[in-house]
Amino acid sequence: MSTKPFLNIDHVNKIFPLGKGKEYVALRDVKLEIRENEIVSIIGHSGCGKSTLLNMIAGLDTISEGVILLEDREINAPGPERAVVFQNHSLLPWLTVYQNIEMAVKKVRDDLNPKEVKEHVMKYIDLVNLDHAKDKYPGEISGGMKQRVGIARALSIEPKVLLMDEPFGALDSLTRANLQDHLMRIQMQTGNTVVIITHDVDEAVLLSDRVIMMTNGPEATIGEILEVNLPRPRERLTLQHNEEYLRCRGAIVEFLYSKFAKHDD
Amino acid sequence: MLLRTINIVALPTLLFGVLIAVWSTVANQIQGFPPPMEVWNELLVVLSDPMYDNGAGDQGIALQLLSSLKRVFGGFALAIAVGIPVGLLIGMSKMAQTAFNPYIQILKPVSPLAWLPLALFVFKDVDMTAIFVIFITSIWPIIINTALGVRSVSEDYLNVAKVLQLTAFEKVFQIILPVAVPFIFTGMRLSLGIAWLVIVAAEMLTGGLGIGFWIWDEYNNLNYSHIIIGIILIGVVGYILDTIMGFIADHFDYRKRGRV
Repeated sequence: MSTKPFLNIDHVNKIFPLGKGKEYVALRDVKLEIRENEIVSIIGHSGCGKSTLLNMIAGLDTISEGVILLEDREINAPGPERAVVFQNHSLLPWLTVYQNIEMAVKKVRDDLNPKEVKEHVMKYIDLVNLDHAKDKYPGEISGGMKQRVGIARALSIEPKVLLMDEPFGALDSLTRANLQDHLMRIQMQTGNTVVIITHDVDEAVLLSDRVIMMTNGPEATIGEILEVNLPRPRERLTLQHNEEYLRCRGAIVEFLYSKFAKHDD
Repeated sequence: MLLRTINIVALPTLLFGVLIAVWSTVANQIQGFPPPMEVWNELLVVLSDPMYDNGAGDQGIALQLLSSLKRVFGGFALAIAVGIPVGLLIGMSKMAQTAFNPYIQILKPVSPLAWLPLALFVFKDVDMTAIFVIFITSIWPIIINTALGVRSVSEDYLNVAKVLQLTAFEKVFQIILPVAVPFIFTGMRLSLGIAWLVIVAAEMLTGGLGIGFWIWDEYNNLNYSHIIIGIILIGVVGYILDTIMGFIADHFDYRKRGRV
């Protein structure tokens, strides 16, 4: 793992103008360096601007002040080197599983000939174990399968960073566990740099090398950064009583429910 | 299941009986109003030789209908050709929407008959006039529904397009049109319905050939059973057109395709 910042979020502010000279400061002075091959999760209560932060990395949202650099290049628009897995999978319902991935591959990898495109698409369908469903439409497969297609599509364009916005938030807990295992296995294989937005404490500890804890908005910022010193591959069963796992879990719970507890209005 | 089948057949038949009874009563009350049997016999005569052609103003019913359909499809095709691009533009650009909206709102409710004299004066041609009037009255549902379809494209799909850096052209064909097509067909279906309504009125005023003219001509000939036959045929053709459009629309609707 290299130590130079791969993805550098440098003193970023996000300000929404409210009109009449008023403004809402959603994020204040966010500073974070993410290393290559690292899995980082960003956790916080709803309204802490974590999705906004992810969207700024994706280039889908503008940066009000500060700068985000990927390999020393400034981010100011969306691009395929920063693939996004959206919470609601956002597969195109009129295309089959295969076609959804093919569409992304054809656009981004215009150097491939038709045979190579097919091999490339199949490689990623294979990676998420969906060979049997490749000709199905999104409407015909389960939520977990859809999200796996979403991941395959994002990975198929071989991004430098994989951005995931609460990727498993809409799934039931069994399916979620299954997808978390998929994700860890895939990341071991591909070595992607991954940024995950989550509000699930166990998910954050299980998946991440580091957990970024956000304070509450307005003017949300990074409160604490937690290193998760657990070897990979990680096994959810054996982790249940692992001291480091419990320490990390405890630290996040402490942060979210004591230091920055959020009460219903 | 059997009961349902009986109902499907029995209820319309029952209603048909009521209709015939009312019709017969009216025919009894009004001097010269053709009773159902007379219309039925006339219908058989009219349909027995639908293609005869004795020169201007005296042609078979099929030729009259075809002539109307030709104008309808002329105006309809023009409305599609203009309406879909304009609808796409309005749907995609807030500025275009602001620019077009007042004119759409003002022109949309104008009766086709109000356009007719102006069109006649400009084109001095019956066919061109009918085609123009159909175009100008049937374009609105296409524009409005196309724009609605474009606006219904979910933000998520557009984000996918952004991340993949699709060009504007690719975005329209790969993301927007697949979502908008069912809406566009809804607009086209409404539009064709309007076109078929308009053609009858237009032909009554412009004369020449066509089902609308035919009905008016038969009124002047005091041939009232033919008027009723005309009404029935217009209804049947309109129903067929709508069914065909519905069929085509379903074919292009991704939500109704490839589902197990």
